[in-house]
Amino acid sequence: MAEAPTAGSDEGSVDAFLQGGTSLRHAPGPYFGSYGGRWMPESLIAALDELEDTFEKAKADPEFIAQIADLNKNYSGRPSLLTEAKRFAEYAGGVRVFLKREDLNHTGSHKINNVLGQALLAKRMGKTRVIAETGAGQHGVASATAAALLGLECVVYMGAEDCRRQALNVARMELLGATVVPVTNGSQTLKDAINEALRDWVANVGNTHYLLGTAAGAHPFPAMVRYFHEVIGEEAREQILEQTGRLPDAVCACIGGGSNAIGIFHGFLDDPSVRIYGFEAGGDGVDTGRHAATITLGKPGVLHGARSYLMQDDDGQTIESHSISAGLDYPGVGPEHSYLADIGRVSYEPITDSEAMEAFRLLCRTEGIIPAIESSHALAGAIKVGHRLAAEAGAEGKASDKIVIVNLSGRGDKDVATAAEWFDLLDKDSAEAAIGKEGEQL
Amino acid sequence: MTSKSAIAIEKARAEGRAALIGYLPAGYPSVEDTIAAGIALARNGADLIEIGIPYSDPVMDGPVIQAATTEALAKGFSVRQVFDVVAGITAETDAAVLVMTYWNPVIRMGVDEFSRRLAEAGGAGLITPDLIPDEAAEWMDASDKYGLDRVFLVAPSSSPERMRRTVEASRGFVYAVSIMGVTGARSTVSAAAKGVVAAAKDAGAERVCVGLGVSNADQVAEIAAYADGVIVGTALVSAIRDGGVDAVASLTKDLSAGLTRK
Repeated sequence: MAEAPTAGSDEGSVDAFLQGGTSLRHAPGPYFGSYGGRWMPESLIAALDELEDTFEKAKADPEFIAQIADLNKNYSGRPSLLTEAKRFAEYAGGVRVFLKREDLNHTGSHKINNVLGQALLAKRMGKTRVIAETGAGQHGVASATAAALLGLECVVYMGAEDCRRQALNVARMELLGATVVPVTNGSQTLKDAINEALRDWVANVGNTHYLLGTAAGAHPFPAMVRYFHEVIGEEAREQILEQTGRLPDAVCACIGGGSNAIGIFHGFLDDPSVRIYGFEAGGDGVDTGRHAATITLGKPGVLHGARSYLMQDDDGQTIESHSISAGLDYPGVGPEHSYLADIGRVSYEPITDSEAMEAFRLLCRTEGIIPAIESSHALAGAIKVGHRLAAEAGAEGKASDKIVIVNLSGRGDKDVATAAEWFDLLDKDSAEAAIGKEGEQL
Repeated sequence: MTSKSAIAIEKARAEGRAALIGYLPAGYPSVEDTIAAGIALARNGADLIEIGIPYSDPVMDGPVIQAATTEALAKGFSVRQVFDVVAGITAETDAAVLVMTYWNPVIRMGVDEFSRRLAEAGGAGLITPDLIPDEAAEWMDASDKYGLDRVFLVAPSSSPERMRRTVEASRGFVYAVSIMGVTGARSTVSAAAKGVVAAAKDAGAERVCVGLGVSNADQVAEIAAYADGVIVGTALVSAIRDGGVDAVASLTKDLSAGLTRK
């Protein structure tokens, strides 16, 4: 296995965490530093205990491991590819850019990894019904898929605003046999869908598993959801070594709740030479108040069962988030990310709607890949990181020696309507607008 | 340590009855109305009053309370006004006044600061629907420092071990959730309620009060037969919504009649 060269000396703090010999990959919860825990109604603690117990036993059970491996390979289509994006890379300072192709998984995103794992656990617990929240609809579609595959009843809570933004995903879930319940409380987005799912869970916990879609919530969810997504980072690490003979200089992912990110990050956390970046939804801009940049601007608090960074006002009321991407439109973040931010292992930065949409269009045009708008935040971030790495490489002209991996967490088929609307609004006379109109007529 | 809630419940017990605990969300429909309704509760038979802090993400509440607290927030309710409500009620009545709150607003103000201000306002303590003893170290310290009651919840799903731990951490009384579900009026009292009370008593609880789904005098009478107190929420919120303070007064009078019925 090739040894990675040490990254720039300004990243010395990155090495510090390893000097004690502790592995950041060993993070079983319930706490990640001062984050995580169980800030939940007592009514649900027994269910969380049961889930934790079932999960721990399953992890140690070769039969369960084999079941997951089989489903990953023969149902989801894993391992997902690692594709070098050569034409896109020209816009990222000339560094080499590799895309971890979670968009090619069955159902079109990384979400399938987690739902298959949790649905199997639900069966092990003897539960016959799963409930889920969804933002963009990807987790809802994935949950409905896993439920159909394993013969479970499925109810998906989705903010009414998100149902409007992602109407086709509502239809997909219904085709798969799930019941979609539009949530009209609060901001009618992901956080409110989670509230409603929790209310359902309290009332039906005897036969129902709450199939939480992100690495947030009360213990054991953050550690468990991450466990099912760690395959992303493990594959990516192996693939980059195989294709380039060395570790990347940087790994980039988008962060809403943070499940795709924590999955790929874990493969590289203990490699000090690899810089890791999480890109949050900057919405209209972090100075406008209309964004979802939880770590960048939030303060620690508790929401949905975990202590973590949180967008909140001076009274501790949750602030409504804003992002063009329904999947990142969440005012909280998984607790392990808060910890990784505080210790400086991962850098979290905001990406605006405009930056994400430019990256979206760029990937379409340069690589023939339509990314999810969520993943486009990671692409936009990778462009910035690429330029920084190129600047470091300096006059020696060695930008092309630098390697960036982007987790392409989902495909953008679901986002075509949003994208068409976006480009019409911004640039009415552009060719894109004309194509968009023709497309609608077709 | 003296407990205002314990004193109020023991006073009812000395009168040969269970205590009545009424819930109102602060700032609904206005801060002044909450104070007036709280006073009406106390004057018509409530022994303890539970004032809820409107919160953006009330996962334990059903539609009626959600609608009320959402409206209070939309009208600009701010957390510090809860101390005005508590002070306004304690100034006029002898009822023990507790605050029911989701935990994040307390963390945001600072657990110590919140506790100090609640004690200054004459409050008895806190009911904490999403704080379990496992995460409550800071609150344990602050409640001891300011002499406040710690009312944790126990549920039909609580294991004997968790029951013991929660009873041990509580002061004043233990809040027994009657049913696996959220707040809201139900036509019958869950059969689980009696079992939860018995389990909490087995775990050493001196005072156990039952809440969730209790809305009329018949249900009050049924629960008063085995619990130390009966908690009514949603029905009172509907009353203040539909008939204002007068409706709260008359419903409280009805409910309290259930306390002594054999």
